Amino acid sequence: MALPLSSKITIIFSIFTILSTRFVSCNNGRRLNNDPLEAEFNSFSVPLEHSFEVDDVANFEVRGALVLKAGREPSVSLAQQQLSEYDRAKLKEVAAVDGLYRIRVPRVLLQADRQTERLMDGHLTAFVRACAMVESHLSDVITLHTDVAGHLIGVSIVTIPGACRGSEVEDEVDLEAFNTTLSIMAPVNAPGPETALFLERMELETEKKGKNPQEQKSFFAKYWMYIVPLVLFLMMSGAQDPSGGGAGGGAANGGGR
Amino acid sequence: MAKLIFLWLKCLVSCCIVEAVFEDQVGKFDWRQQYVGKIRFSHFDSHVQSSKKVLMATEKNVFAALNTRTGELFWRHVDKTGPEGNIDAFLLHGQDALLVVGNGRLLRSWDISVGGLNWEVVLDSGSFQSACLIGQQDTVKHVAVLKKTVISVHYLSNGHQKWIENLPESENIDYQALYSGGNGEVYVLGIVPHSHIAIVVYSMEDGEIIKQYVNCLCEMYLFIFFQSLGLEVTPHFHPVLVSHQPNAAHQPLSEFLLQLGPEHHLLLQLNSGQMVVLRDFKPVRHMTPVLTSCVFVSESEHNLQIDILLKGLLHLSLFNAETGRRLLDTTQFLSIDPNVGKPESIYVQAFLKKDDSVSYRVLVQTEDHTLTFIHLPGRKLIIEEALSEVVTMEMVELPLTGTQAELEGEFGKKADGLLSMVLKRLSSQLILLQAWVSHLWKLFYDARKPRSQVKNEISIENLSRDEFNLQKMMVMVTASGKLFGIDSKTGSILWKQYLNNVPSNAAFKLMVQRTTAHFPHPPQCTLLIKDKDTGLATLHVFNPIFGKKSHITPPALTQPILQSLMLPLMDQDYAKVLLLIDDQYKVTAFPSSKNVLQQLQETASFIFFYLMDSSQGRLSGYRLRMDLSTEQIWEVIIPTEIQKVVTVKGKRSNEHVHSQGRVMGDRSVLYKYLNPNLLAVVTESTDVHQERSFIGILLIDGVTGRIIHEAVQRKAKGPVHVVHSENWVVYEYWSTKSRRNEFSVIELYEGMELYNSTVFSSLDRPHAPHVLQQSYIFPSAISAMEATLTEKGITSRHLLIGLPSGGILSLPKMFLDPRRPEIVSEQSREENLIPYAPELLIRTEWFINYNQSVSRVRGIHTAPSGLESTCLVVAYGLDIYQTRVYPSKQFDVLKDDYDYMLISSVLFALFFATMISKRLAEVKLLNRAWR
Repeated sequence: MALPLSSKITIIFSIFTILSTRFVSCNNGRRLNNDPLEAEFNSFSVPLEHSFEVDDVANFEVRGALVLKAGREPSVSLAQQQLSEYDRAKLKEVAAVDGLYRIRVPRVLLQADRQTERLMDGHLTAFVRACAMVESHLSDVITLHTDVAGHLIGVSIVTIPGACRGSEVEDEVDLEAFNTTLSIMAPVNAPGPETALFLERMELETEKKGKNPQEQKSFFAKYWMYIVPLVLFLMMSGAQDPSGGGAGGGAANGGGR
Repeated sequence: MAKLIFLWLKCLVSCCIVEAVFEDQVGKFDWRQQYVGKIRFSHFDSHVQSSKKVLMATEKNVFAALNTRTGELFWRHVDKTGPEGNIDAFLLHGQDALLVVGNGRLLRSWDISVGGLNWEVVLDSGSFQSACLIGQQDTVKHVAVLKKTVISVHYLSNGHQKWIENLPESENIDYQALYSGGNGEVYVLGIVPHSHIAIVVYSMEDGEIIKQYVNCLCEMYLFIFFQSLGLEVTPHFHPVLVSHQPNAAHQPLSEFLLQLGPEHHLLLQLNSGQMVVLRDFKPVRHMTPVLTSCVFVSESEHNLQIDILLKGLLHLSLFNAETGRRLLDTTQFLSIDPNVGKPESIYVQAFLKKDDSVSYRVLVQTEDHTLTFIHLPGRKLIIEEALSEVVTMEMVELPLTGTQAELEGEFGKKADGLLSMVLKRLSSQLILLQAWVSHLWKLFYDARKPRSQVKNEISIENLSRDEFNLQKMMVMVTASGKLFGIDSKTGSILWKQYLNNVPSNAAFKLMVQRTTAHFPHPPQCTLLIKDKDTGLATLHVFNPIFGKKSHITPPALTQPILQSLMLPLMDQDYAKVLLLIDDQYKVTAFPSSKNVLQQLQETASFIFFYLMDSSQGRLSGYRLRMDLSTEQIWEVIIPTEIQKVVTVKGKRSNEHVHSQGRVMGDRSVLYKYLNPNLLAVVTESTDVHQERSFIGILLIDGVTGRIIHEAVQRKAKGPVHVVHSENWVVYEYWSTKSRRNEFSVIELYEGMELYNSTVFSSLDRPHAPHVLQQSYIFPSAISAMEATLTEKGITSRHLLIGLPSGGILSLPKMFLDPRRPEIVSEQSREENLIPYAPELLIRTEWFINYNQSVSRVRGIHTAPSGLESTCLVVAYGLDIYQTRVYPSKQFDVLKDDYDYMLISSVLFALFFATMISKRLAEVKLLNRAWR
């Protein structure tokens, strides 16, 4: 069942297909321009395996080779073969019975110094519905996830589009080559409370206030030129009355005594 | 201008959220019950003759005084949890209670009348062995504390140390006991294993060693001793001696009890070196003496108590110690509830009544942590201390009343002809009419009585759903294995059930398989009890309303259970299907009728589940096969050398999300990523160094195993509290760098357009969501966290946070929103986003439990009510507190003081005004026509 010839070819290809960019879109068999010497230093390859069986019993075969490049910004690339005619027929069959298309990668540690330390036992597996694989014409997006120390912890696969609508697929044209988008994701640093920025903003605001002394003036300071004449006017106009009011008040006071 | 808008925003925010309780609403919608836990030491307050006080020090590190008549707490002191607050010894002398706390770290003296602390001293380090009061010349003025290597004596009045002495040869001799006979000497007893007993006698005055004895420790001697008494003993028996020293200043009573076996007790007397058997208590005529206790009645009479268990009956009687005879009129039979378990410990207080007859009070603690106070005339009081340790709970809707059920039943039945349907309809209408009339009559009748006399007693018979479904049955599972059904409105216990066969380290999971909505079928709850060590599980199926065990036999589970999941599938009797996955990855369905198996076969390829093995960091997904076996479909392995998984949290299955998106400032819609299968996995680093420790958050799809988001919070450590709901995850952690508690919120959005707006499928969602995250400082540690839940999810969400101080904070989710802008823009203002501030403030009006502090909150349970605005909340820990919260205020309820009179009179007035004006207009028209 295995495809020894194609897998060997894939591994040979994989030596050449090395990229330094994080996001790589690899088409089958296309050589990618890079310097193999530089990459050889801290890159290594692991097999990417897949399985699709009508009876849904996992039987993994090599699909391609993942070339992982460790470093501050780990990157990954993939070299893979075309699907053979037999596999194409099988994939369509599996899709017809709504089987699963599974992939797996071995657990590896990216940041290890020696090759022997890199591989750990066990595999990480993921799946997608086989019909989605067929209907998307083998356009899948594979993401590898690492933890803080560079261990590979999970793999995920989705197809674009992801739905199974039952549309016809011509196997010769559409099911030959994988159109894989590959990426490797390290955990993002969650933000802490942003006190520095907040304080900066507060300072800016107080500075702004400080720059505009006009606004800082009190109500009286601003409008004294209107208030003083008004008060004066009131006092002047009231000056005539007090004679009567004052007299009345005086009388009242006097009455009190 | 900006300032004004700020001010306006602040006003808006505070207007939205202010929702404190009015003074007259205190206790109207909420209740609190306080507990102390399982008793370790207890003493009756015999200082005052008529005292109703019992003092207890418990396993939960609580020291409290209870009223023996009402069960109310006089006062309660809750110490630290864990070994630091552990109460090692409790001595009572008059008004003073002496406690040794934290493995001999502290010696405290409490005034028992008010519960105030007299003094506290820090003792020298060393593991605690024993403590005793020391009397001299008829007064007790000192207390001695024995530790592994030292003995110290303190004054009772102020705690000052009188003297401290090192024990001789403490590396060889295991000193264990202290004794003082009231003659100014302190005896310390130590054992050299398999060799001899050493006794050291200290002088009370200056701590000088007066004498030192060494006695041979030989099992043969014991045998000979027992044989001389004419007793036969087995080689491996553990005799327990119970004696009583009424006053530390005097010699203990010469009579004492020896427990030879669980059911064999001896009353012995030591008389000038001679041992005399006064009475032999043996199992006789189905009566087995189980508990004994020595009590002291008065100077003239020495008494002791034997309690005999007789098939569910507790038989209490007092015996005179000098003669060994039973005292008349002190025998009492008490029926013990069959589901409380066996009596575990007993505390007795005997006293002389005014007519010089002997009476007594008893406190019995049973296996299920129930306290029973028994007073002689046959009165008893039961306190369910098991409720101090609630593990999990559910709130179940109450059933309909008979009439409502009748109406429901009418629709439930199959139609059988037009005429019978009409008749049925008429009959049910008649029943409704009758019920309404009787209800009116009751209202009228009650209205004439004064308000205080109207009793609204809830009993299991008249339980029925209220108008807005605000009253529910709280089914609580406690660590001791006792189940309770509590009415959420009053807090009264309606049923209780003790499960005998629960292992001590059991994990519980409570599931509601059938609600009350399917009338002829009774509601059904299933409790999964799993032994944590072996993984073996049992199922207990019961009716949550009445607490009765269901007649349905659950499947026998022979294999350890790894995971259980409740499916939305129902069998023909409307019971949801429970799947149990064992360690062979085989699936057992319950109920497993033909109908269910057929449904399972049809939907098998859509049933996915995940398993978490935290010891290996392995998170794997499985799919069900037609033949109920499973296949692994994905696997994620988180190396345990770096981090260990602490929590895996999914969403609640009964949660509804009303709005699919959020309307932005520019009137576009930001759609939420609402994946019901999303799991939040929290990890903690194994490296605990404060610079390198971190917390990891993984969001994983539970069906496909796809890692949606992976983030690490650096320089942080647990304990982490997580809430996962809608499209957000909120978690709280301790920041080791800044030494403070911080909150972080992650929100997931699909973007400006939905991929598939009709249905969500994990298998068909190729685009990863946008992840937004923001963090805040929180000024307090927290002990539990949960989000509010409402019927339709329209009401805005609040987070309910239990604080160690005892408060329960209702924090609006609005403040934990990663879209809070740093700089205020026109659009964010349009959206009502609060500008970002790094600190979340605790406002006192956000405390939903005002001054009703809830000690040691361990969990908060939220449940929707029939009203969209209202969410029912239960906080449990040492105490239980139930209340309602209204996150968006009561928008669907008229206020209490709503003026019906005014509105109806205005309505009537308007109605009549229209009538009159119409008539007038008609007249006017007619007149005009005549002109």
